[in-house]
Amino acid sequence: MKIKETIKEKLGKKIISWEEKSSRRIYFSVDKSDVYETVRLLFKDLGLRFSTASGMQTPAGFEILYHFSFDQAGELYSLRVEINDKERPEIDAITPLFPAAEWVEREIWEMLGINFKGHPNLKRLLLADDWPDDKYPLRRSS
Amino acid sequence: MSSKINALTKSIWVFHVSAGSCNNCDIEILDLFTPRHDVERFGIQLVGSVRHADALLITGAMNKKAVPRMKKIYEQAPKPCVVVAVGQCALSRHMFRYSYNVDEPLDKILPVDLYIPGCPPKPEAMIDGIVKLVNKLKGKK
Amino acid sequence: MNHELKMSHKIIVPIGPYHPLQEEPEFFQLYVEGEKVVDIDIVIGYNHRGIEKICEGKHYDQIPYAVERICGICSSSHPYAYVLAVEDLLGGEATVVPERALYIRTIIDELQRIHSHLLWLGLAGHFIGYNTVWMWAWKYREPVLDMFEMISGNRNNYAMFKIGGIRRDIKDEDVPLLKKTLDELLPALEMFRGAVMDDPVIQARLKGAGTLTREQAIEWCVVGPTARASGINMDVRRDEPYGAFLLGAIDWNVVLRKEGDVYAKTLVRIIEMQDSVNIIRQCLKKLPKGPIDADVKDIPPGEGIGRVEAPRGECIHYIKSDGTNRPVRHKIRAPSFMNVASDKVAAVGGTISDATLTLAAVDPCYCCTERVAVINKQDNKKIMNGWDLVRLCQEKTNKIKEGMLDG
Repeated sequence: MKIKETIKEKLGKKIISWEEKSSRRIYFSVDKSDVYETVRLLFKDLGLRFSTASGMQTPAGFEILYHFSFDQAGELYSLRVEINDKERPEIDAITPLFPAAEWVEREIWEMLGINFKGHPNLKRLLLADDWPDDKYPLRRSS
Repeated sequence: MSSKINALTKSIWVFHVSAGSCNNCDIEILDLFTPRHDVERFGIQLVGSVRHADALLITGAMNKKAVPRMKKIYEQAPKPCVVVAVGQCALSRHMFRYSYNVDEPLDKILPVDLYIPGCPPKPEAMIDGIVKLVNKLKGKK
Repeated sequence: MNHELKMSHKIIVPIGPYHPLQEEPEFFQLYVEGEKVVDIDIVIGYNHRGIEKICEGKHYDQIPYAVERICGICSSSHPYAYVLAVEDLLGGEATVVPERALYIRTIIDELQRIHSHLLWLGLAGHFIGYNTVWMWAWKYREPVLDMFEMISGNRNNYAMFKIGGIRRDIKDEDVPLLKKTLDELLPALEMFRGAVMDDPVIQARLKGAGTLTREQAIEWCVVGPTARASGINMDVRRDEPYGAFLLGAIDWNVVLRKEGDVYAKTLVRIIEMQDSVNIIRQCLKKLPKGPIDADVKDIPPGEGIGRVEAPRGECIHYIKSDGTNRPVRHKIRAPSFMNVASDKVAAVGGTISDATLTLAAVDPCYCCTERVAVINKQDNKKIMNGWDLVRLCQEKTNKIKEGMLDG
């Protein structure tokens, strides 16, 4: 299965940028409103394995990288999504598509304060229950 | 010397508590009970209930979530109970003292009788520490 | 050696009455109705020490020390995945790291696999009541730790990995002893394999327990032996070769089973250990002369992802650099993060006596298996703790043995 070609064909203009840093590292970005459909394409249609997702604070707000592995070729497809809202960052959850995403999205919410709309169980994962609500450990202190 | 302490010097029943550790110290503690080190020949036994414990072997960097549980366990241990801090994290929180999820070091939370340094301490170091503790309890130098 | 076989001390002391630990969330809260586990709550975070944030404040060469201490058992996987992430940013391990270092990296990585799987095998043996398996497995682990001490100076926490190579070399005069120690491991591993494959009690105990189907393994994105036991053909060493595997010089196999139960997971790990011994022997034989460090100085701006096949599965690190000497972001995902979550389906539907075995089968931290609570679903009362569960797990084996003797 030609993964790269299929992604480009199915997503078309939704792909904002596409960079192949090496033969096994493909980074591409879509608008945050397209994240659910893109992940459905990668996971359900193309059968890629969800490895993890990393959230990060950026000057404009936040960024999430969803890393999908095509094990047969040892390639990693990292889907980049920007959330340009510093006050109330949010994005559609991908957990409804497959259960493995539940903990990953909970961790990002807990550490960075990004709200995952539609997440079935957005509650504390790593931090204690009495951790203050408005403190997000991975945010740079203001 | 109380009869409990006297008994302790003949045979120590230890209960293990991890308060946020990477498992290295915990595995080396378990290693003490396997053939090469075999501390059971010294009368040291690992127990499954804190109610039977003479000594608490505490590992970990004092993670915020784990500390309340550790304190409760200490409260339930029949006194006198010896507290042994095993590993750099239990001694001083090690590099985790910079962590947002770690507060006070163990010896500000519980009274510590024996510190065994190392990351992780080798089983020989743990045995050495326990021998020193037993001698101290017996009143020897 | 025979006197050690007679050691079958019971390490667990039966538990007394219940105590107010009830309100504390345990790592695994199993809800039961009668003998069946009907639900499970997994509460993690007891080991969360904020290492990602700590790494943002350390410079690139300090980070291997920090990440080595994420997990004591996978002590080399995290530093390896981290340096691979930075080397990915620099153009890839193949272009940066000298050949001798690649072989030594693989030797360390595979030795780690052997020690970790032996550790697991011992604990699994203990859980099913075969304490002699525990003693033997951990006894054979000692020479592996001795090899680490010989190569790196420490039984645990080897401090071998650095960006661009490794920190310490293997001395030529040590190689014969390393080879000899490896050779002595093989009969023991073959004995374990024979025990698991031929002992009818072990088979009856492990087969069908804690099954994770292939579909579930895909939905939960599990990795490592947990995935391979359920028929998922993945192994980072083959999919995205690193270390000596990059050079295509190693003859080895990915171990796959289909059943998805604890039996399959056990066999996968035992065969992997045997394979690891062969991989290390090949590395020692082919070890070329040369430098072990590329002496990397600066990390330019960019991003990199590194992954290795840790004993528990894919361990993945992501690094973002802005050209300064500290990373902007360091994301770490340990294999157990994916595997432990799958207990939600693997343990539910099984019996309480299989619960400890099922939870242990994904190879979580030892500390985690201590913190288990069993709660009666009808009245939400805690009825037993981790140590009781282990005892129940061991008792089931006895019942099977008795059943076989009668039948």
